[in-house]
Amino acid sequence: MNLLTIIVFDAINYAATLFLLSVGLTVVFGVMRILNVSHGGIYALGAYMGTWLALLVLEVDLPPVLTYAMLLLGALIVGFLLGPIIERLLLRRIYGSDMHIQLLLTFSILLILDDSMKLIWGMEPLFISEPYSMLGRFKVGGIIYPWYDFVLVGVSVVFGGALVWMVRATRFGKLVIAVIHDREVSRAIGINVNLVFTVAFTVGALAAALGGAFVAPKIAVVPQFALEVVVLAFAVIAIGGMGSIEGAAIGAVIVSFARALAIHLAPELELMVVYLIMILVLVIRPEGLFGEAELRRI
Amino acid sequence: MVAADDLNIDVENGELVGIVGANGSGKTTFLNLITGYLKPESGRILVMGQDTTDLAPRELAKRGVARSFQIPQLYTNMTVLEGVLLSLAATAGESSNFWRPLHRDPWEPEAWEILNRFGLESYANRPVSELPEGGRKLLDIALSFALKPTLLVMDEPTSGVSIEDKFQVMDTLIAVLREGDITTIFVEHDMDVVQRYGKRVLVFDTGRVVADGEPESVLAQPEVRRAVLGHE
Amino acid sequence: MTHWMDWRALPRAGVVAAALLILVPPFLPGWILFVLTKAMFMFIAVMGVSVLLRGGLLTFGHALYYATGAYAVGFCIKWLGVRELLFLIPLGALAGFIMAALVGIVMARYREVFFAMLNLAFSMMLFGALLKLYWITGGTDGLAIGTATLAGIALPGDSYGYYYFALTMVGIVTLVVYRFMASPAGYFLRAMYDNEIRIEYSGVAVRQVVYRTYLLAGTLGGVAGVLAAFTIGHIVPEDAFWIQSGEFVFVALLGVFGGVPGPMLGALVFEFLQTYASKYFPLAWQMMMGIIMLLIILFQPGGLWAIYQRIEARITGKDRGGDHH
Repeated sequence: MNLLTIIVFDAINYAATLFLLSVGLTVVFGVMRILNVSHGGIYALGAYMGTWLALLVLEVDLPPVLTYAMLLLGALIVGFLLGPIIERLLLRRIYGSDMHIQLLLTFSILLILDDSMKLIWGMEPLFISEPYSMLGRFKVGGIIYPWYDFVLVGVSVVFGGALVWMVRATRFGKLVIAVIHDREVSRAIGINVNLVFTVAFTVGALAAALGGAFVAPKIAVVPQFALEVVVLAFAVIAIGGMGSIEGAAIGAVIVSFARALAIHLAPELELMVVYLIMILVLVIRPEGLFGEAELRRI
Repeated sequence: MVAADDLNIDVENGELVGIVGANGSGKTTFLNLITGYLKPESGRILVMGQDTTDLAPRELAKRGVARSFQIPQLYTNMTVLEGVLLSLAATAGESSNFWRPLHRDPWEPEAWEILNRFGLESYANRPVSELPEGGRKLLDIALSFALKPTLLVMDEPTSGVSIEDKFQVMDTLIAVLREGDITTIFVEHDMDVVQRYGKRVLVFDTGRVVADGEPESVLAQPEVRRAVLGHE
Repeated sequence: MTHWMDWRALPRAGVVAAALLILVPPFLPGWILFVLTKAMFMFIAVMGVSVLLRGGLLTFGHALYYATGAYAVGFCIKWLGVRELLFLIPLGALAGFIMAALVGIVMARYREVFFAMLNLAFSMMLFGALLKLYWITGGTDGLAIGTATLAGIALPGDSYGYYYFALTMVGIVTLVVYRFMASPAGYFLRAMYDNEIRIEYSGVAVRQVVYRTYLLAGTLGGVAGVLAAFTIGHIVPEDAFWIQSGEFVFVALLGVFGGVPGPMLGALVFEFLQTYASKYFPLAWQMMMGIIMLLIILFQPGGLWAIYQRIEARITGKDRGGDHH
């Protein structure tokens, strides 16, 4: 019973992290049909920037509460800066190209971002624990849990809900859906497709940076975790269905439960289990659990 | 909606049959069913006496059913000749040969001979992308023809071809098919084409054959004119 | 961007390249020889990536096969004490082949993004296993390899003899890939990039086309891994890491996707670049790769080979029509 509680709590916490980590990737893929491999780089940069700013606050002896604002600020800077820059300057030039060209381009952006972080912040891990420890802990069934984890669950639910609302209920969301269904027709009826792309990519980048910044206090920020993030995020959205926000949520829950089970029952399998599930889901249902099968046209 | 219902069509060996019908009358659905692209919700499909209901296009192709497409399906980054060579290699069962070259005897002369018949030999070593629309249609059919089918199914062989070129394309096609003694079923929108080339025409309406016979007499029937041409 | 390879260009460029690679090394200092040897196995691994790219299949996980070959050697030395190249090269090839035969069952169903990322996932699984199963694999320390023997004669990884052995393997691989690309199987691979529907309606299974090519690519990866293990003398889990796969893709892109001379040029340039970069800018090596890749994608989709052809055209005063983008 006790073990089960631990597994469930671990899984819920980790699901929040995974959702924040992957929702931006699915948004960008859904709208632009591009798998943004540089997503992991943006995520890592968000983590670095947020942590670094928060550490600055502590260094100059400002109240530690401000570290939360700094995490947010770091994410906003990275998202609003990198999103439009990458989309306008680079991605825009390869929209008509083959899928592998698009993948390679975003992959090269990842390589550049990954090293930029090493050059700026060095090889030493960056760590800030204040936002994490300040909220205190609580006890469940004899196990101590930090409140921060549950704040994170809240943040991801609110964020996911806001995204779904944006797509389903706003005018912009309708434009996005039109663009997803048919770019050419949308363009013909006067929708500014380029603008939709810029906004969608920026939202994706922002989501990545936010995820990175708010997950950072739970982990040490180290160089080169950018790509592992993309692989993990890809697994999550592939399981849920590429391009579906709800799918990312379901994928995150499935993956985190599997991982929590593995950690507590068969620790050697921790790394493998995510990929095993992904492969299993894709073999049975290649379009993912919530994805729509793409029809082949003749 | 039923797009094809209780169809039973007997076609003689070497016969050339045209299918006409209004949009949505089930012509293309019928083609898709007999070439394995679509599966029926109920019932069975028999092609040339064999049950092909559960077969994929690939398996039907191996059993001698080839098709051409409304929008030509070509190997756009290859030369015209290479496309035909690939069909010949597939027919010879050598698609997995990874050691001997594609450009070799007897395929090479045979491919030239096919291109010759289709009037495409001047394009043989040029990229497919340089073909005009009529040439693309012909190559699409030539790729299927090179599979040496017993039944060839053509989906609107002259759609997208200019009016001037239409009859030229059809003349070429008919000559080749007669010579090869290939049973052919083709769907066509253009009544002039059907009237001029079909020895027999089937009229489709809401998934059924409503008329069957010589083009002139069939197309003269008032209910056929209504079914096929609508308001006219 | 068009996929093309002017195979007719092979004889001249190939003969010149082969002559240089055979005749020049004895006059070069040891460190250049070492870099050249590294370029040889890099070339062999990249041929696998390039061949897949001809069908429009991009893999971010080819290090899976490279590491499979390398660890096949590692285990053989650890358990059997065998260092014989005449045994280990076929073994590495077989290991890559078997791994590709298994993984390929899943992979043959996918294209594009899924193909790229699933390959990455499989390679990261191997990386995780190599790291965690330390009692077999040595974990992060990896395994020491030592010196190879060829028909019983010791052949150190930095010797001229080893270089020529690697060059011989390059010759064999070149022949195999060249024949593959000119065969029906190779043409069907390229056809896949053009039109899968037509292939299926020709009675050929596209999945088989992918699977066969994948087997070839995996086998080449295994051979490259064997050669690499002895050249470097030490194998580590990072051999299966995404950065290794990324480097293969980078070289494939440098040397235009298909063909033989292109990737050779790419592999040589890459190894020299890396040698200097790791000396002078150790922290910015990936960034350099990223920037070069970006520039190639945006401005020079033909890679180095297209640049070479342009220079050649200028010298010989005729356009060979190599610039198809």
